[in-house]
Amino acid sequence: MNIELLSQYLVAGITYGTIYAIVAIGFNIIYNATGIINFAQGEFVMLGGMIAVSLHTFMPLPAAIVAAVLAAMIIGALIEIIFIRWLVSPSVLRMIIITIGISIFVREAALHVWGEAVRALPYFTGSEVTVISFGNVHISPQVLWVTGIAAIIVALLTFFFNYTLLGRQMRACSSNRDAARLCGINAKNMVTLSFVLSAGIGALAGCVVSPITYVQYDSGTGLAIKGFTVAILGGLGNSTAAIGAGLILGILESLCVMVLPTAFKDVVSISVLLLILFVRPSGIFGSVEASRLKEF
Amino acid sequence: MLRSKFLPIIIFVIAIVSVQVLTGLTDKAQYLTQLTMTGYYSLVIIGLCMLIGYAGQISLGHAGFFAIGGYVSAFLTTYNLAPHKEKPLVSVLSKTGLLGSMQDLYGGDTMVVNPWLACIAAVAVTVLIAYIIGGPILKLKGHYLAMATLGFGTIVYKVVLATSFFGAADGLSDIPGFKVLPGLEVSGKPGLRVQNYYIAWGLVALGMLLLTNLIHSRVGRALRSIHSAEDAANAMGINTGRYKLNIFVLSAVFAALAGVFLTHYNGGIGPSEASIMKSVRYVAIVAIGGMANLWGALAMGFVLNFLSLRGYFGSYDDAIFGVILILIMLFAPEGLLRREVFQGLKKRLSGKKSAGGQQA
Repeated sequence: MNIELLSQYLVAGITYGTIYAIVAIGFNIIYNATGIINFAQGEFVMLGGMIAVSLHTFMPLPAAIVAAVLAAMIIGALIEIIFIRWLVSPSVLRMIIITIGISIFVREAALHVWGEAVRALPYFTGSEVTVISFGNVHISPQVLWVTGIAAIIVALLTFFFNYTLLGRQMRACSSNRDAARLCGINAKNMVTLSFVLSAGIGALAGCVVSPITYVQYDSGTGLAIKGFTVAILGGLGNSTAAIGAGLILGILESLCVMVLPTAFKDVVSISVLLLILFVRPSGIFGSVEASRLKEF
Repeated sequence: MLRSKFLPIIIFVIAIVSVQVLTGLTDKAQYLTQLTMTGYYSLVIIGLCMLIGYAGQISLGHAGFFAIGGYVSAFLTTYNLAPHKEKPLVSVLSKTGLLGSMQDLYGGDTMVVNPWLACIAAVAVTVLIAYIIGGPILKLKGHYLAMATLGFGTIVYKVVLATSFFGAADGLSDIPGFKVLPGLEVSGKPGLRVQNYYIAWGLVALGMLLLTNLIHSRVGRALRSIHSAEDAANAMGINTGRYKLNIFVLSAVFAALAGVFLTHYNGGIGPSEASIMKSVRYVAIVAIGGMANLWGALAMGFVLNFLSLRGYFGSYDDAIFGVILILIMLFAPEGLLRREVFQGLKKRLSGKKSAGGQQA
């Protein structure tokens, strides 16, 4: 094994890890606001990629991406308003089944709209053969786009949740909904907003990664499981930790490809999920005490 | 009490027989194929209903157990052991008559495991896997439990999809029939249609008998107490962990047996049987039947599986189940066929005397 190949695998791992981290952040936003794991999170990623590809046929790439993200946000809001908003303290089991139902529904709708074809956006800069070389390591510019946009998302979210009124209101709702409502915060709107935010982030991720990973009507489920693994690995609800956990999982996966057949890549990462759930459900970076207080 | 417990089983048996007679009289015998397959899927559903409805533990990985049963049996009954004739285990098996030998298309000798042994092996493997993963998985609750079982199902799916042993994406085919008893064979031969219909639904009837007995026993009461308040059940001295694990294994065995029989009936199995969508479908049917309602789940499983297998939903097949899930969970989380409806009926049927007694 030479260093060059190893670093190439590392780059691939970092790319995929970042993608998983973005999906995990989508999970975390909704989880923080509602205590719900949205099993349909992967579908937002798929929708973002699919809509952008369709729009790109008649508008320039940046406009298509912006429009796709907006469309996904509207869909996210609609999903929350139609299915979630009016339920009064539903049980966890009920919420799990509803979000799974939504994910099937969205996926099947996508199948009827777009068919089974595999699609992809063009590379944002250059093409699939363009590489930027750092010494012996060659990186596709799209990888820089993915990691760059992930970094911007995390930075903006941190700013949003810590320094804006709206973000603080959302955090207040997640830590104590009744107290937040007494302070005049509309908790229901905050939940809708969390769906809008995570749908938008998911869709943006879907656009950025589609040149590398391609999108298909059923690519959401796989991403959702990886995203969830990362969210758990980092500690549910903690978005900064999700980035670290995403990188760990991505690198682990791509190192596994060196020793195992590629088809078993997913088996490895799901085994990591099971292992984490069994051994330390609060995640690597999460606190055990805090997770004991959460309701699952 | 006794009457009210066995009455549904009697009605069920009458219904099964009359459906068969009806298809015979109306010359629609081809329906029996889908009805037989429906029977096996119903076996998974009643097992899962025990787990979700009565013990309150969700599993999104039951298609995984179904596939483990089906694949183990399919593999053992098709893998040619003739080249390994000299190895100790193979020769012992062959001497005890547990291997069937036959000639393949080109006159070469093949030796495969007897379906009975394969079936027992399949169940044994399932029990082993269910115990190993059940222990840690059932410590989890809610979202974590759902995701863990979903993860387990996905692992099984990916493994069978990627293993050339198991035929990868094509699955295994040319699986021989399963001669359960002399004169009774589980296989898709057109002449055995009626027989197979009764084998499948006979198994379901047996399963229902077993499960209704279980529900009406000490174990059933313990399970219901776990569902409504696990901590309280624990405080009452119920070993909740053990009960949950046993019921998990039991429902996995139901799924695996269904897998074994359906595989022999169809003569093949493919990775789609292990897919997440199948697992979700089982949960959907349990949900629509009413979580803690074996008969409701069975009835809904019968209708929906049959319609789906007959292709009435066309390309909207999966979407239908997604929509059903959403609608049921939004508007009738207790299921369509609720217990109260049944109990009301039961009361009317069993007369005023027992209705006044209020023993149930």
